[in-house]
Amino acid sequence: MATARLKNLQKDALRVVIVGAGPAGTRCAETLVAAGIRPILLDENRRDGGQIYRRQPEGFTRDYATLYGSEAEKARALHQSFDRLRERIDYRPDTLVWSLTPGQLCCVSQGKHTTVDYDALILCTGATDRLMPIEGWQLAGTYSLGGAQIALKAQAVSIGRRVVFLGSGPLLYLVASQYLKAGATVAAVLDTSPLRKRIAALPKLLARPGLLFTGMKLLAQLYLARIPVHLGVEPQQVLGDAASGVSAVRVRTSHGDNLQFDCDALALGYHLRPETQLADLAGCRMRFQEVSQQWVLDTDGEGRTSVRGVYAAGDGARIRGADAAEHAGRLVALALLQDLQQPVHGEALALQRRVLAVMDEFSHGLCQAFPWPAAQAKALADEAIVCRCEMITAGELRSVVREKGACEVNRAKAFSRVGMGRCQGRYCSQAGAEVIAAAAGVAVERVGRQRGQAPVKPLSMLTEELKQAEEVAP
Amino acid sequence: MSIEKTDVLIVGGGLMGAASAFFLRQRGKSVILLERDQIGQYASGVNFGNVRRQGRFLGQLELANRSFALWKRLPELIDDDLEFIPSGHMRVCYREDEIAELEAYAAAPEARELDLRIFSGRELHERFPFFGPEVKGGSYAPHDGHANPRLAAPAFARAARRAGATIEERCEVTSVQKVGGQFRVTTSDGREYRAEQLLITAGAWGEKLSAQFGEPVPLIAKGPQMSVTEPVPYVLKTVIGVYTKIPEEVLYFRQIPRGNIIIGGCNHSKPDMLNRRAHFEPQSLLKQLQQMHRLAPHMANLNIIRTWSGIESYLPDSLPVMGPSGTVDGLYYAFGFSGHGFQLGPGVGDVMAELISTGSTSTAIEPFHIRRFATSSMQRSKAS
Ligand SMILES: Cc1cc2nc3c(=O)[nH]c(=O)nc-3n(C[C@H](O)[C@H](O)[C@H](O)COP(=O)(O)OP(=O)(O)OC[C@H]3O[C@@H](n4cnc5c(N)ncnc54)[C@H](O)[C@@H]3O)c2cc1C
Ligand SMILES: Cc1cc2nc3c(=O)[nH]c(=O)nc-3n(C[C@H](O)[C@H](O)[C@H](O)COP(=O)(O)OP(=O)(O)OC[C@H]3O[C@@H](n4cnc5c(N)ncnc54)[C@H](O)[C@@H]3O)c2cc1C
Repeated sequence: MATARLKNLQKDALRVVIVGAGPAGTRCAETLVAAGIRPILLDENRRDGGQIYRRQPEGFTRDYATLYGSEAEKARALHQSFDRLRERIDYRPDTLVWSLTPGQLCCVSQGKHTTVDYDALILCTGATDRLMPIEGWQLAGTYSLGGAQIALKAQAVSIGRRVVFLGSGPLLYLVASQYLKAGATVAAVLDTSPLRKRIAALPKLLARPGLLFTGMKLLAQLYLARIPVHLGVEPQQVLGDAASGVSAVRVRTSHGDNLQFDCDALALGYHLRPETQLADLAGCRMRFQEVSQQWVLDTDGEGRTSVRGVYAAGDGARIRGADAAEHAGRLVALALLQDLQQPVHGEALALQRRVLAVMDEFSHGLCQAFPWPAAQAKALADEAIVCRCEMITAGELRSVVREKGACEVNRAKAFSRVGMGRCQGRYCSQAGAEVIAAAAGVAVERVGRQRGQAPVKPLSMLTEELKQAEEVAP
Repeated sequence: MSIEKTDVLIVGGGLMGAASAFFLRQRGKSVILLERDQIGQYASGVNFGNVRRQGRFLGQLELANRSFALWKRLPELIDDDLEFIPSGHMRVCYREDEIAELEAYAAAPEARELDLRIFSGRELHERFPFFGPEVKGGSYAPHDGHANPRLAAPAFARAARRAGATIEERCEVTSVQKVGGQFRVTTSDGREYRAEQLLITAGAWGEKLSAQFGEPVPLIAKGPQMSVTEPVPYVLKTVIGVYTKIPEEVLYFRQIPRGNIIIGGCNHSKPDMLNRRAHFEPQSLLKQLQQMHRLAPHMANLNIIRTWSGIESYLPDSLPVMGPSGTVDGLYYAFGFSGHGFQLGPGVGDVMAELISTGSTSTAIEPFHIRRFATSSMQRSKAS
């Protein structure tokens, strides 16, 4: 397999493939190029930058400050680095890696199927929103926080005229303030985490005082604009109807009052979950991370997975944010170079590790300050939809646990269809696991995790070959 | 060490084992079923879901008919809905000369109950407008259909349990032997079970146990390849399958009321028996899409959202090992269903229960006897 080959290969014959051209993938490529390797870099997006530093489509001309706000300088630096690398790497945008076998990736690019062989694979696949259902969230107008941000960043459109932001985590405040700045009406910012959690997390958050300050500034902006901000809320229901979508959001405050906010859109999210499907298909071991209460990739400190020749960095391994992704990208490249017995500066390694240790501390602080609201799953009304793709309710899911003994996530999926739909469990499987665990009366790590299945994203059946066949046919 | 006793011990909790447990309880036998992992987790839970009789080895239709009668009595029989829909099954071919073969099958006396009807030419394309021009003919089975495999074995196991059977999951049998007129079965966690009669329904692992009684069979494991589309409007009520001698052309699909179209065929993977997983090979999807385009061109513009495979056991003649042991009294087998055991499941359970409790069965199962591997090496492929 990839491993045995690694050592014997000449540097220039070695096929190193990076998946993901975000901060982790870009810095990884840069470090490899500096060591004389020409990696293949695949990304399903049309342009580089990944999630946070997503570049606007060609032809759009908004400036960096408008697009990236406080992160404008980092965005510019990353894009410039990428542009410098452009000729020295084999960059293939618009290329989705939909499956893999040992030594080979299966890709689809503009409807055309291709395979890419690898000796070493570095997964820098990033993250997606982590969601907890709320009754009524299937109504049109409910978006994930990330989705709301993408609409703004990529298309310069708002998800609604009057938007409620509900959930927890730094993205909640960030996206709300971005909407505010873009001129949308922010009806309320509703955080499920109470103030005391944040205070308790302060020592860890102080690991990165600058970032903490940025967060406080965002909050201050919202208060200054007289946006209602409530902490420690319990989400109750999204109101509205099938015809006109979301009309209001109801929560209970920490004082026990019921509050209702009229709106035509809701942005919902509880921080992020890593995109681990490709690693899962490659057979990489996962582990349950206590502090974030979710499954993450089990890598060593430098990004080696349990499968030799397969590496991971950035939020796709575990959630530590964009700055950490850049460092992890560099570090994983150094790890690979070491495994190839290339000279690596011990100092360079130590530096990256030191920086990442600080970022680890901070990311743990964030988990503590904005905890995943597991208890909501338990409290979810039986009528509430858990799986929006398949429209399966919490009650239906509970019944397969209680009546059919399905106390494991994949089993419950087989019986109930939760996680079987278009999103392939991205948006429901974590909440589903909490519902199952609560119904079975066991800890959530005991009910397992949804196994990854190819394709990693829905795959169009009309491949290019078939399109041509169709055109020729009478 | 605890020793548990029962009339009949069943090893393997796929559909065959679960259905056998249920029907044995109906006949008043005490039953313990031991399943290594979870009930129905392997082939029985991940198969395509075809409840198809047509196309089987003619000598298997009597058993398939008996099973069909039971499928029709669901959900009352087990008080659970397996989403069985007698939607009709259409078996099509790409070559004119294959139509004659479909006709011959339809005319066979064994196939009478299936009420097969052959379509070709204009009539075929009018009745099934979604077929591509390469489709030349087809055999329509109005009563065959499909069901949800994920629900089947667990539902039979629950019904068996309600009727008094003991079902043990996560209980792997390591050794089976007969000592002084009694079967002794031990598990990897050190439990021992004793029984008058023993039924091996261990699917792709059946051979490991039959070999312990000196009856090895040339069983191999393969992983049929499955994929499924996102939901689209429910219009394809008929299950479709291709009749051909070219393996790559074998394609079948069905649509469920929820809207997803489930596709299978074209390829098999080699299962990883160590980790007990069969993988879907990415190449299979390309082959399936190509064949789908040929079979039903307008349906090819869909999104595939999931792929999977499962571990199924095959014998060289594509027939199961089913019936009494050739050497040991009180020992019975039902495994090796070669890619078409789902439809047979209820019937196999019923027949094995009859055989075990009465010593004989009214349904012909002679062609499936394990002794065929003890005597002769001249196996013909009998089923398609
Ligand atoms: C929706 C969303 C909004 C966010 N907004 C902010 C924010 O405003 N501020 C902030 O500090 N952090 C934000 N984050 C977090 C931040 O994006 C990440 O911390 C950072 O981008 C991580 O960098 P990365 O390189 O690990 O992954 P990413 O930047 O996410 O890059 C991953 C890349 O991999 C590609 N990819 C993934 N899977 C495949 C595949 N199978 N085939 C081909 N390509 C693939 C993706 O297209 C993507 O370009 C956000 C995260 C999300 C999910
Ligand atoms: C992908 C796929 C598609 C298919 N499509 C169809 C179809 O459309 N129509 C159709 O009719 N058939 C189909 N089949 C075939 C059908 O699924 C099988 O023939 C049938 O399910 C076999 O059932 P079984 O109980 O014999 O085997 P299994 O379901 O494999 O059950 C055997 C059980 O025995 C257990 N076991 C094994 N060894 C031990 C031990 N030592 N101790 C304890 N337990 C043990 C295993 O854990 C397993 O659960 C398909 C099969 C597959 C894999």
